[in-house]
Amino acid sequence: MDFKDTPEEAAFRAEARAWLEANAELADPNDPGDDVLGERTDPATIAAAKAWQKKKADGGWACITWPEEYGGRGATSIQNVIWGQEESKFKTPPNIFGIGIGMCGPTVLTHGDDRQKKQWIPKLLSGEELWCQLFSEPSAGSDLAGLRTTAVKDGDDWVVNGQKIWTTGAQFCDWGILVVRTDATAAKHAGLSYFVVDMHSPGVEVRPITQINHGQGFNEVFFSDVRIPDANRLSEVGNGWAVAITTLMNERASIGGGGTGDVIGDLIELAENVDHGGRPAIEDASVRERIADFYTRSRGVQYTGYRTLTALSKGTTPGPESSLGKLVGAALAQEMAAFGIELGGVAGATHGDISTPGASAFHDMYLAIPGLRIAGGTDEVLRNIISERVLGLPPESRADKGIAFKDIPTGPAS
Amino acid sequence: MNFDFSEDQKLLQQTARNFLAEHSPLSVCREVLESDQPYSQALFKAAAEMGFQGTVIPEEYGGAGFGYLELAVVAEELGRALAPIPFASSTYLATEAILLAGSDEQKSQYLPGLASGEAIGTFALVEKPGQNGTEGVETKLSGGKLTGTKLPVLDGDVADFAVIAAQSDSGLSLAIVDLDQAGVTRTSVGSFDPSRSMARIEFKGAAASVLGKEGDGAALADRVLDRAAVLVAFEQLGGAERAFEITKDFMNGRYAFGRPISSFQALKHRLADLWCEIQLTRSNCYYGAWALSNDTPELGIAACISRIAACKAYDLAGVEMIQLHGGVGYTWEYDCHMFYRRAKLLSVMLGSPASWKDKLVTRLREQKAA
Ligand SMILES: Cc1cc2nc3c(=O)[nH]c(=O)nc-3n(C[C@H](O)[C@H](O)[C@H](O)COP(=O)(O)OP(=O)(O)OC[C@H]3O[C@@H](n4cnc5c(N)ncnc54)[C@H](O)[C@@H]3O)c2cc1C
Repeated sequence: MDFKDTPEEAAFRAEARAWLEANAELADPNDPGDDVLGERTDPATIAAAKAWQKKKADGGWACITWPEEYGGRGATSIQNVIWGQEESKFKTPPNIFGIGIGMCGPTVLTHGDDRQKKQWIPKLLSGEELWCQLFSEPSAGSDLAGLRTTAVKDGDDWVVNGQKIWTTGAQFCDWGILVVRTDATAAKHAGLSYFVVDMHSPGVEVRPITQINHGQGFNEVFFSDVRIPDANRLSEVGNGWAVAITTLMNERASIGGGGTGDVIGDLIELAENVDHGGRPAIEDASVRERIADFYTRSRGVQYTGYRTLTALSKGTTPGPESSLGKLVGAALAQEMAAFGIELGGVAGATHGDISTPGASAFHDMYLAIPGLRIAGGTDEVLRNIISERVLGLPPESRADKGIAFKDIPTGPAS
Repeated sequence: MNFDFSEDQKLLQQTARNFLAEHSPLSVCREVLESDQPYSQALFKAAAEMGFQGTVIPEEYGGAGFGYLELAVVAEELGRALAPIPFASSTYLATEAILLAGSDEQKSQYLPGLASGEAIGTFALVEKPGQNGTEGVETKLSGGKLTGTKLPVLDGDVADFAVIAAQSDSGLSLAIVDLDQAGVTRTSVGSFDPSRSMARIEFKGAAASVLGKEGDGAALADRVLDRAAVLVAFEQLGGAERAFEITKDFMNGRYAFGRPISSFQALKHRLADLWCEIQLTRSNCYYGAWALSNDTPELGIAACISRIAACKAYDLAGVEMIQLHGGVGYTWEYDCHMFYRRAKLLSVMLGSPASWKDKLVTRLREQKAA
């Protein structure tokens, strides 16, 4: 049992490190770093992120697990993790490519034909083109297969009508992966097809949605008679669900193994500087108990990540058990943020004021985390996944099995 | 990154599991629970023949000379089996204290017996309710004689000797005292988990020899507790996982409203949450095992988080086990209460979870200041 690299891993790490040293500046480890949900909508940030991605692509360090013929280097998953660990030690622009590189690219690589891969992968990899995920709809979130946006064949094109929602980054993306219903008379999961849509097509309208924290990371996307060439279809008509599953599996594979250790450091710092009845809050037994619980839990998440990395290092693909990281980590982060606010007593509610040093950062965190508990599988859906796919418990009984999609009962709102 | 046990260690774990399946089915724990016997002598002896007690004891003293990763996998299996034996007292505490601080003479005197299972040792710090460690120790050591009372001492009724904390002229010190001598009175005290026994021990001028440097008792006791905390955490992990498995199997077989109760989402989610607690504990325990086996400076913090996570997970597993079994879970006849009891006993036996949380924050602040 150790945390050491194998000799091959160490050699790879050194190579990655050398390139980074030549091309970027080391970061200050105390720098708070990226925000949680990638709500980066300002043009300068996007330009900087694209420039860094291009630099990596030119140096052969973008999307390293992808095949060499499309610009990757055919690296292993553990090498990808090592690369990520090293890159995170350097000052780099925020990563705005999570969805494109983490989910869209792998889906195109799995289900696309050669022409499609050549068309899309190189510019996705180099960051020249940004991608978004057009899955969720007003009446289809956790129950994704309940989606209603339709596509009807017309000559060599498909004509799309409907609405997507919560589409992160749609306002500055060039392409989107899109799941639509092509047959409402088939059973729910059987009537879906999967396309790549040009976000600049006529009839695509993107309207940013304001989040609880004023950010505008996600959008509504309306489709009015949008024409998509049949050549942009991934896999067969009616096989869209299988392709969507590939996308969702890749969402899970983007593991980090990172913890929330610095938040604890901030909490301790705050507790040392806030006075509770004539002594620093950190001397208060109830404060100590909470901090100890947070620390223990966040280390638990971090070391669980190490166990996943170990499996990766031995060549195993992480399975549904890696749902634990987001399920535990997000709720924990929310609790820590809440506690950070409470440490300030009544003044904990003052925002942007210096009366509680550091409290504003906890406000921001407390407003960001609820999104994390919903995006990419809600807490409840993750518990379903763990109980059914990891523990093998019986699946949910469902009211939508074996009937044509059009006959499935819906709520009054939809 | 290889944050896992080796193939050899896993093989040892499987051997231990097979051995315990045969020699320590849950009926063995129940037998001790329901009778007056303080522990299963047959199991303790058989475990010693397997070499469990001597796992980390050097070969020159009759042990196997393995490392702590080997002892950790054995601990996990003993925990799964609810083994009703004085293993923790003797192996994780008394043996560790002597390995850490014993003179050559003390090692030769005690380690061979501990390794072979012929001797049982225990570790006694606290003296009255509310104490968790060496704070408030009043027992005196003067001129090689002990005076005072230790309460409660896990396995104090059956141990041959104890490592105890006492005040000497140079401050708090550890000492070894043989319990079979004039000047030692032992009285059994009731145990929340009667499959594990405990006693009050009174010393009136009993002969004792100092262990380690006189006056170093508090620091030494802390080091022993840290080491034991990691190993006990593995027992807790094993117990929690077994309780979880039994509960899951029961729920798959129990039908209500025409379906297995394991198909109700409210219950599926509770099992999912319990599973997460157990995974987090396993991960923290691995870190503890890594720190212990390499004797790194991180052990202080690693021991705390292993123990805090393990106490929480095992307690929760015991609570959920009874609740999710329904009425039968509350019967003496079903095994649920044996896990519920063991979990609680282990959660206080090295000091309450709150005391370890306090210790963790102190250590985090020390680390931050350094
Ligand atoms: C910040 C953010 C970014 C996002 N980015 C994208 C994106 O880029 N692309 C995209 O397609 N989508 C995106 N989403 C959408 C996200 O995937 C959905 O919001 C999510 O899947 C939940 O769906 P919903 O909002 O329809 O809620 P619902 O599914 O209606 O859920 C409402 C509540 O019911 C619970 N629930 C639902 N079904 C079950 C069940 N079977 N068992 C138990 N409880 C259940 C949920 O847990 C939740 O608490 C994003 C969301 C957020 C918050």
